[in-house]
Amino acid sequence: MSCQYHQHLLLPLLLSLLTAGVSSVEVQRPRGVSLSNRQFYEEGKPFTCLDNSATIPFDRVNDDYCDCKDGSDEPGTAACPNGSFYCTNAGFRSSFIPSSRINDGICDCCDTTDEYNSGAACQNTCRELGRKEMESLEKMAEIAKEGYRLKQLLIQEAKRGLEEKKKKLQDIQVTKKDLEDKVEALRTVKETAEQPEKEAKERHLKAWEDQKALIRMEKDMARMAEVFLELDDDGDGFVSVAELLSHSELNPDSDDSFTEAEAQVLLGGVDKVDTVTFEAVWNNIKEKYISEVTTVKTFSRLQEPFSDNDSEQLLQDNCKLYVRESFFTVFDINLEKEISFDFGPNSEFAYLYSQCYELTTSEYIYRLCPFNRVSQKPKYGGSETNLGTWGKWAGPEDNIYSVMKYEHGTGCWQGPNRSTTVKLTCGKETVVTSTSEPSRCEYLMEFISPAICQEPSSLESYFHEHQEL
Amino acid sequence: MAPVVVLWLAMCLGGTWAVDKGNFKTCDQSAFCKRQRALKPGESPYRALLETMELTNTRLTLQLINDNNKVRLLLELYRLQGNITRVKINELKPLKPRYEVPDVLIREPPTEPLSLLSQDENGVVLSLGAESQRVIVSARPFRLDIMEGREVLMSLNSRGLLAFEHLRMRKDTFSYKVTSTVAKLICCCHPTGPSAVSLDFSLPGVEHVYGIPEHADTLRLKTTDNGDPYRLYNLDVFQYELYNPMALYGAVPVMLAHNTQRTTGIFWLNAAETWVDISSNTAGKTVFGKMLDYVQGSSETPQTDVRWISESGIIDVFIMLGPKPKDVFSQYASLTGTQSFPPLTSLGYHQCRWNYNDQEDVKSVDAGFDEHDIPYDFIWLDIEHTDGKRYFTWDTHKFATPKEMLQGLMDKKRKMVAIVDPHIKVDSNYKIHNEIRSRGFYIKNKDGGDYEGWCWPGSAGYPDFTRIDMRDWWASMFAYDQYEGSMENLYTWNDMNEPSVFNGPEVTMHKDAMHGAWEHRDLHNTYGFYVQMATAEGLIKRSGGVERPFVLTRAFFAGSQRYGAVWTGDNAAEWDHLKISIPMCLSLGLVGISFCGADVGGFFKSPSTELLVRWYQTGAYQPFFRAHAHLDTPRREPWLFGPENTALIREAVRQRYTLLPYWYQQFYQAHRTGQPVMRPLWVEYPQDPATFTLDDEFLIGKDLLVHPVTEEGARGVTAYLPGKDEVWFDVHTFQRHNGAQNLYIPVTMSSIPVFQRGGSIIPRKLRVRRSSTCMEHDPYTLFVALNSQVTQMGELYIDDGHTFNYEKEEFIHRRLSFANNILSSLNLAPDAKFTTQSWIERIVILGASKPSKITLKAAESQVEFEFDASMSVLTLRKPGMNSGADWTVTLQ
Repeated sequence: MSCQYHQHLLLPLLLSLLTAGVSSVEVQRPRGVSLSNRQFYEEGKPFTCLDNSATIPFDRVNDDYCDCKDGSDEPGTAACPNGSFYCTNAGFRSSFIPSSRINDGICDCCDTTDEYNSGAACQNTCRELGRKEMESLEKMAEIAKEGYRLKQLLIQEAKRGLEEKKKKLQDIQVTKKDLEDKVEALRTVKETAEQPEKEAKERHLKAWEDQKALIRMEKDMARMAEVFLELDDDGDGFVSVAELLSHSELNPDSDDSFTEAEAQVLLGGVDKVDTVTFEAVWNNIKEKYISEVTTVKTFSRLQEPFSDNDSEQLLQDNCKLYVRESFFTVFDINLEKEISFDFGPNSEFAYLYSQCYELTTSEYIYRLCPFNRVSQKPKYGGSETNLGTWGKWAGPEDNIYSVMKYEHGTGCWQGPNRSTTVKLTCGKETVVTSTSEPSRCEYLMEFISPAICQEPSSLESYFHEHQEL
Repeated sequence: MAPVVVLWLAMCLGGTWAVDKGNFKTCDQSAFCKRQRALKPGESPYRALLETMELTNTRLTLQLINDNNKVRLLLELYRLQGNITRVKINELKPLKPRYEVPDVLIREPPTEPLSLLSQDENGVVLSLGAESQRVIVSARPFRLDIMEGREVLMSLNSRGLLAFEHLRMRKDTFSYKVTSTVAKLICCCHPTGPSAVSLDFSLPGVEHVYGIPEHADTLRLKTTDNGDPYRLYNLDVFQYELYNPMALYGAVPVMLAHNTQRTTGIFWLNAAETWVDISSNTAGKTVFGKMLDYVQGSSETPQTDVRWISESGIIDVFIMLGPKPKDVFSQYASLTGTQSFPPLTSLGYHQCRWNYNDQEDVKSVDAGFDEHDIPYDFIWLDIEHTDGKRYFTWDTHKFATPKEMLQGLMDKKRKMVAIVDPHIKVDSNYKIHNEIRSRGFYIKNKDGGDYEGWCWPGSAGYPDFTRIDMRDWWASMFAYDQYEGSMENLYTWNDMNEPSVFNGPEVTMHKDAMHGAWEHRDLHNTYGFYVQMATAEGLIKRSGGVERPFVLTRAFFAGSQRYGAVWTGDNAAEWDHLKISIPMCLSLGLVGISFCGADVGGFFKSPSTELLVRWYQTGAYQPFFRAHAHLDTPRREPWLFGPENTALIREAVRQRYTLLPYWYQQFYQAHRTGQPVMRPLWVEYPQDPATFTLDDEFLIGKDLLVHPVTEEGARGVTAYLPGKDEVWFDVHTFQRHNGAQNLYIPVTMSSIPVFQRGGSIIPRKLRVRRSSTCMEHDPYTLFVALNSQVTQMGELYIDDGHTFNYEKEEFIHRRLSFANNILSSLNLAPDAKFTTQSWIERIVILGASKPSKITLKAAESQVEFEFDASMSVLTLRKPGMNSGADWTVTLQ
């Protein structure tokens, strides 16, 4: 039989090199007992199980037979199914492991103390781990500090942005009102102007050809508005190169890739265009553009031919006004939506709105547009799949902003609709670091942002807590 | 072909949950079955030509003639060692040889002399040796009766259903109507005409027949008068239905017949598509009707009639005469071999999923088990781990460094299984394909080209595993220098080996595909058997013959037990599928395949948390314990359902691990003797009719009775505890219960009703660690359950757990017995040599009274003990003797 377990190896505890100021002490205690529990194990005195279920002679502590229901008599052997072993791990974090891992031939404690009789060749790695952890904690602290600083900027920016947007919304609403008034006025003028036209029918006929062109133009304007809205994926009021790139049919040459440079040319040499500039570059786009929706709404309200110049002019004005009005309506809605989002306690996440972040893997390009949607596109051709649209903040109660949930994406065969969980961690940059599909059609994205950074002081205390010894 | 593909796709994409029965043939749609079934019982046209009889020391031969067409058959009759009679019938002069199944019997069965007792113009009587057993050959019409004393045990052709479609030139092919489209698609041109064979067996006094797996049906076979016969034809059945006789993935043409007096078996050695009809003269009778018969002295004894129909080959049938269930198991084992002795680790828990996505995923699942302190031994990779479904390869992105991954598992003393299916991607850049093609190892189509079918990789070839040179080559592919990225802790899973052919008839291979000179039709049911055989051989060879292999297969045949484990295929996350796992594995155990399990949690669909927990609790007590899930289901690792359920699952898995010594010992016994590990109760209590139809409980060995909870929302289960002289101890509470009663057991979510038989001694290891290998040197606790009998018995078997060294007597085998207050360990294998570090840490005696003193003889020392008077449990504290030593402990 094996009796070698009887000895109570008394561990000389190594002074942690990391923590200055701790006095050098040698604490004697039975194998596997934590510092805080050593008072219960008094050499030579009967031992009472920590759950008070029994009292046994001290020589039955760590004698490789389980006497206590809670396993507390065998902290240093694997005899109790529910025991736990304390790894001192001098130089690193101390920890408890299930006592079933004692002498199982696998090194669990970095100080090798769990494998005292298995023949496993364990190396003491605590100092190395401690050093690494220290480095990584320092790095994290540095990141957290910088991240937190950036977060403050984001908060200020968000505050300003919010005020601006509120003001802009107000302005838009005023402008819109003005425009509506103008349209109404013009309509009245137009109707008045139409009166004499009725008396000159032959002129009407002559002008009909012109009129058709006008209708075409008006339809074109309306389509332009539609296309602008479609292209403006993130609804920021600008069509960007990136947004244009999703429409590969606009590729000016027949080669495979639609490059950013090519897209920029289409936008008149700039990175993004607003509605006014868009009118200027519309001709570059309209021929090839394929709509994302099948039926294009038109804003046409004209049913009959007009002919005289006045009314043509009026019509044109009217039409343009109408188009602009509809733009404003869209902005109006977007702004209201934006203002109503939960961008965190201090709106620190507001900067993510209307942005998109991509990550390219071996097979796919993943795209996260916070507060909007997540999508996946095969790298080598194929259509984009919606992995979920913005659902809610879904972190644990004490840290709700640490997880975003995007839901109701494209459905899976015999499965759920695709959905994505985005885990946020503190960092200086804003970047998607990984994506995975742990379960079919349930995606997981790791996302770094300064906005989630905690105040460094709280992290420091965490850091200290974990440097026992 | 194209319409079939569409049909198959439609079936898959339709997403309906029931099997599409339209894709699988009924007897009516199977031309030969319909034709044969149309023959009704009556006078047989066959006559024995007694003048042709030849009797040698080992066999009797005799010609039979069909008076309708004058075609002659040759009957061969053998008396085999161990109370088995073999009856072979073939054409006397077939146009060309008919297929006789090779490789399934472990050897040419040794014979015993037959002697002639009497002979006249009506027939001959032969002695079958002991027990006054005789076989009577009647000449006109031909029939065989096997008798013991005045009792008929079994009759062949007593209903005149012997049929033998002789081979003929095509011009003479008799016409039959192909009635359905499916049949037209499937049915093909037999070059030498139809070739079906059929024979009936009458079993007087028998009301219960079992076996002929694989079917998703009750343990006791049903009569088939009002429906289809049981079908044996290995098929990849998508979302199979329960409680019907449809064919599934495997086929073992072995039936057991049982009554209170005797158990017999019929082994129909034929690898072609086979149908089995069962009828009974008591089937329709109510209990009252039976009683009335009895009171009125109605002369009719109960009788079951069975009829076997196969599409081709010959009649080669082994009649195993028992008389006890264990005799039939030994008899069958003497023909086809016993369960391979699995590595101990494969009896632990297996974590599988289609698919673990990449190495990172494997690592995090592995870490999850440690984090939640749940033991496991194997993690599995399904088809997605390969480079484009090219087996023996790894996805270059997801599994870029497989050895690193395997080493990570090895560092934790854990293992992995990766899938290797038999369909080989047709791709000239794929080494395996090129080699098979250039060596001409593919199955051919009837025109001589390589047969190609559609499976996971797209267009695929199917290696001809019936060829020994092909199998040798295949085995060599598992060598570490051939199978890149493999290591000694990587084992293998053979799926889709029915074979599954997505665009083939009934999702399998065309029957006219060619294996050398033979049609696929002749040997279909053995394809999967050969695949597993070659794979197991590969795993043995790669270690230089040292290590035991572990190979899981979906398709199987008689003899598959020699090569590894079997699972019940693509089940579903439904309560009924949990329930059916019991009779399905019991049926397999009865015909030699002990290493059986069902996908824990259910493959298709997503289980409720309650179902998942109950399934773990059930699976922990079934031989092969593996969780598996379909690609489209949400993740279901044990810790994903809240801490309470994690704890319940952990507890179930831990119970499994504590019992590993007992499981291992049962497998050792199965390997040595052919006795099933998981047994129906009637096997141990053959005279108790109350045990004959139990589908919801079972025995492991003879000493543990398990009645898992398989009902949703159960508040209690009623377990039948057999044996009027038995007592049973609840293994959790140690409560003692009398046998021969229906015991109601209230249950909670943590309950797994398990009972230890009084009179038994069961060794356990209570120190559960993260894998079975980590527990190798741990001490044992012996559970001695007392009953009123004088002696309690148990065994302890220990070896290295993974090599073939046990064949070289490197093991410990102890007999543990407790009699007259003396518990002792006796060496059952004095010549065997093995040493162990493990020791006896505790002895728990259930149903004990309090002793005054306990002494250990080896050390002449006193042993401390505790006595719990309320439950009569005596616990000996740390007696400490080595597990391999002789010792006695005396209670005074």
